[in-house]
Amino acid sequence: MTTQAEHAEIAWTIPLDKIDVSNPELFAAEALHPYFARLRKEAPVHYCAESAYGPYWSITKFNDIVAVDMNHKVFSSDHTNGSFVLDDTTLNAVEGGISLPNFLGMDPPTHDVHRLAVAPIVAPHNLLRFEAKIRERTKDVLDSLPIGETFNWVDRVSIELTTMMLATLLDFPFEDRRKLTRWSDVVTTRPGYGLVDTWEQREEELMECLAYFQKLYDERKKLPPQPDLVSMLAHAPSMQDLTPTDFLGMLVLLIVGGNDTTRSSMSGGAYAASLFPEGFAKAKANRALISSIVPEIVRWQTPISHMRRTALEDFEFQGQKIRKGDKVAMWYLSGNRDEEVIDRPMEFIVDRPRPRHHLSFGFGIHRCLGNRLAELQLKVLVEEILQRYSRIEVVGEPVRVPSNLIHGFIDLPIRLHA
Amino acid sequence: MPKITFITSDGTERIVDAATGQSAMEVALDNLVQGIDGDCGGLAACGTCHVYVDPNWIGKTGPAAPGIEQEMLALTDNVQETSRLSCQIHISEELDGLVLRMPEAQH
Repeated sequence: MTTQAEHAEIAWTIPLDKIDVSNPELFAAEALHPYFARLRKEAPVHYCAESAYGPYWSITKFNDIVAVDMNHKVFSSDHTNGSFVLDDTTLNAVEGGISLPNFLGMDPPTHDVHRLAVAPIVAPHNLLRFEAKIRERTKDVLDSLPIGETFNWVDRVSIELTTMMLATLLDFPFEDRRKLTRWSDVVTTRPGYGLVDTWEQREEELMECLAYFQKLYDERKKLPPQPDLVSMLAHAPSMQDLTPTDFLGMLVLLIVGGNDTTRSSMSGGAYAASLFPEGFAKAKANRALISSIVPEIVRWQTPISHMRRTALEDFEFQGQKIRKGDKVAMWYLSGNRDEEVIDRPMEFIVDRPRPRHHLSFGFGIHRCLGNRLAELQLKVLVEEILQRYSRIEVVGEPVRVPSNLIHGFIDLPIRLHA
Repeated sequence: MPKITFITSDGTERIVDAATGQSAMEVALDNLVQGIDGDCGGLAACGTCHVYVDPNWIGKTGPAAPGIEQEMLALTDNVQETSRLSCQIHISEELDGLVLRMPEAQH
């Protein structure tokens, strides 16, 4: 295996046109940062001619990413033009993938109709309704953790808390909630990365997801509207002609968006607490910092590494000629490390000025819908952690998700200090 | 120096000094007015500086501009006729006394 130091050496010496930042192995090794640093410096709008996902452009600087993200008329998210992730198989029926259309992969006006159908779930009055439940569960989960023993934070805390939240949003049978975790992981993978062995297996599991939710949908359709996502879809006037394919597409968006992302932030926050103990001590002494720590976790971790667009026309951008049909990846993970916009970007700074100015939620019409709920979950978790522990220590090498989309952890061995 | 009144959803008023050339969002952030986030820094790209312009002032500020401001507001909760993204309201002497109300929460 190539070490981090070797990666740093390669990143700065390899010919520019040979750089392929989409390689999942680089993410598994968290070796991306020197490659991104070089691209930001020498080729901020960079063309990679050959990758596992075909040719694509990389946008790596903060302000360039904002410009592309906001220009949805030129840079389409629509599934009929491509996809919003580099790997077409994740959401489209190509190679062995299946079609999973959803509003993140739609342009206006359809996008707006679908997004507005589910947006009320994270409206302020619902967040207020959720807070007490989130606090109770967070306390229970933390109280169940051992002190002074090594355990996997991802499984015991991050997955547990986010999966419970998702089960609540969907009013999903609580005892079956780990099915949601599994489906979430299956959506964003392809055979060969340890989760599924074949395309058929992936499809089979996603069809099982559809069948499970179809049953819930049919039940709720007959009942009066309830404030859960399945009931909302069953009753929204604009969603009455949803096909099973559309329904599954919407579900996987809600499941991945509401699960993998906050999961990774919860793990990243614990990792940051271990790597930057002086910040942790500062936060313990001054709880007012929680309002800046929460967005700093979301920036520092950047749970979604990239979002992809497809150019609808030839477009000259920063001196480069992007052609109609080209894939364009906005690397949020790189933009959030752009030293021209973010001071000391590699560091986790608990009292960073203007911490909310980060790319992790995206900008423009596709901006993260659940961002306030994510922040609420993180706020409660940080508050409860600061009340309980003197130190959080990562005691082994973390195992990371081998994905250029989900920037997260599989195993984060942690020891808590009373 | 123009003065701007920010009123929170529970009715609390804050009157602050603004400088011409600033956006109303920047005025709020500089004065630590609670209830305006301004995550994107002033590009109308995030929708977290949503305000309701007092109806008496909408003639002077103008309504939300076509393009990204209107597109972002279309996806925002509780939008009203005088809704604007405050980063797109540019302060001038003419806006001395401007009254802006804030929604319950920014999204």
